[in-house]
Amino acid sequence: MKARVTVTLKNGVLDPQGKAIQGALKSLGFAGVDDVRQGKLIELDLATSDRAAAEAEVTAMCEKLLANTVIENYRIELV
Amino acid sequence: MKSAVLVFPGINRERDMARAFEVVTGVKPVMVWHTETELPEGIDVVAVPGGFSYGDYLRCGAIAARSPIIDAVKRHAERGGYVLGVCNGFQIVTEIGLLPGALMRNASLKFVCKEVHLRVDDPTTAFTSAYTAGQVIRCPIAHGEGNYYADPETLARLEGEGRVVFRYCDELGRTTEAADPNGSLNHIAGIVNERGNVLGMMPHPENLIEALQGGTDGRGLFESLAKVA
Repeated sequence: MKARVTVTLKNGVLDPQGKAIQGALKSLGFAGVDDVRQGKLIELDLATSDRAAAEAEVTAMCEKLLANTVIENYRIELV
Repeated sequence: MKSAVLVFPGINRERDMARAFEVVTGVKPVMVWHTETELPEGIDVVAVPGGFSYGDYLRCGAIAARSPIIDAVKRHAERGGYVLGVCNGFQIVTEIGLLPGALMRNASLKFVCKEVHLRVDDPTTAFTSAYTAGQVIRCPIAHGEGNYYADPETLARLEGEGRVVFRYCDELGRTTEAADPNGSLNHIAGIVNERGNVLGMMPHPENLIEALQGGTDGRGLFESLAKVA
């Protein structure tokens, strides 16, 4: 089973990289981009095929390492 | 005073840190590899040095913060032992949760390597007693992710409890946007925990302790520790 973890900055946390991307898009002529937030995508290949077990395991991974919950949110998708 | 300097793969300031302790206190620190699970007996101060532990992959300091030695560092701090985190060490110490907040990408998106001025806002800590209140010191910085962030409640608590120890300022001690090299909230350069035994700071006091380095403004931090430990 595969898991896809999306890590994004919490609302209110300044994202200088997002701002730089927004600036670059604007200079390329893409008008109307009000805000850009950059995050990261982590794909995991898991040995288990048990959805509940996978969800619990990946949640623990996020809490322990994959996300810094002081500044980041995470979302888990099992595929 | 007995000190230990932690060593992680990718760390590159551990020798500077060790030399600072040795020059100022006369005692060579013990270098402790990250796979150890205990600190040597009788350690007073644990220094978490700067560099790029694990290439700063995932997030700066994140992987080092989950190393085997970290539980021993937490126990040391819980016992009231001193912990000094500098640069990558500050990032690691926040990732461990010994200090609140996080260090984000510099607002300029650039790696900044230069000398800055710091204002000592709290000379009553174990790390700063050799300085005076409001004293302006020079200190080198070298980081790409030193932009201190904490949520509004945490920030208000830090300020309310007077736990901001160092702030970026100009040569006259004025905290201005121009004097802040990374966009840190409230120009924060260094903070202590509630108990006052854990200090994290982005600038490198260990790189300004001998005339050969261009100044000795960083010595005070090590002299302060030598007085209490």
